[in-house]
Amino acid sequence: MQWITKYLGLLIPQRRMGSNCFDEEQLHVLAVDDSVVERKFIEALLKNSSYKVTTAEDGLSALEYLGLTGDPKPTTVKTNDAKVNMIITDYCMPGMTGYELMKKVKESSSFKEVPVIIMSSENVPTRIKKCLDDGAQDFILKPIQQSDVKRLKCHVQKFESPFNEMLCLGR
Amino acid sequence: MDVSQLQRSWVEFLTALFNEGFLDSQFNQLLQLQDESNPNFVAEVVTDFFHDSERLLNELTGVLDQQIVDFKKVDSHVHQLKGSSASIGVERVKNMCIAFKAFCEESNREGCLRCLHQVKQEYFLVKDKLQTLFMLEQQIVAAGGSPPLM
Repeated sequence: MQWITKYLGLLIPQRRMGSNCFDEEQLHVLAVDDSVVERKFIEALLKNSSYKVTTAEDGLSALEYLGLTGDPKPTTVKTNDAKVNMIITDYCMPGMTGYELMKKVKESSSFKEVPVIIMSSENVPTRIKKCLDDGAQDFILKPIQQSDVKRLKCHVQKFESPFNEMLCLGR
Repeated sequence: MDVSQLQRSWVEFLTALFNEGFLDSQFNQLLQLQDESNPNFVAEVVTDFFHDSERLLNELTGVLDQQIVDFKKVDSHVHQLKGSSASIGVERVKNMCIAFKAFCEESNREGCLRCLHQVKQEYFLVKDKLQTLFMLEQQIVAAGGSPPLM
């Protein structure tokens, strides 16, 4: 049935950016940040954009939630039912950076297609380039704002419906 | 005092906080997230900020008190404080942290100690201001109104 939906996507008039195409199911974001203040803030920003949110305080907790720790052997049966539509993570975190977390997610069979957004308070062009080159969908400079979160919708929707072309405008 | 007078006082007080540089436009992001479904959002996040900041300031005091200062640790704590103050728009504290970080990178103990002293001053100043703001908010609610959203 999925191929029919994708075909119909070409015939149905393109939706405007910002409208919620997925009224039946809330989009789920995993937000990772070691700062309790920033975690609370980003959670509220995401919920205000109608996302369902799960937070994690570091890379390891995020991987545990996704079921990506422990067994290095790939399994054919998914052991974890966690379904996320997007991951947004701070770059500077103790133990594992947001970049390292992103790499692990991209190396997994279950979550490699999930868009990963990296945030940082430091504007380091080489860091930003490396993150984007190596798999991050987008990079946001902190402090994050509601407009940044609104902009992310296009990444999630592209992921869900690759035939719905949307222009993502940068900041 | 009636509700509209209290609301006016709240607006005047908040405006002054912006004008005096205690808060910057990022604080508006917090105000915009507060609504009927999340009526105490600002107070909750700011309270978390108070707890977190005081923890970091205590850690910084401890680390800078050592014979041999671990500047990596200092930098890590300052980075956290800078991040949280920037995300909620507590401008003066954030700016002090930027200066603090610079001294850290130079492994300048004296500079760091001066900054720590100043950050503490700025932090307790803004804490006092924000607690006054929340008290005004509570008075408005007690009088049957709600704080005007910016």
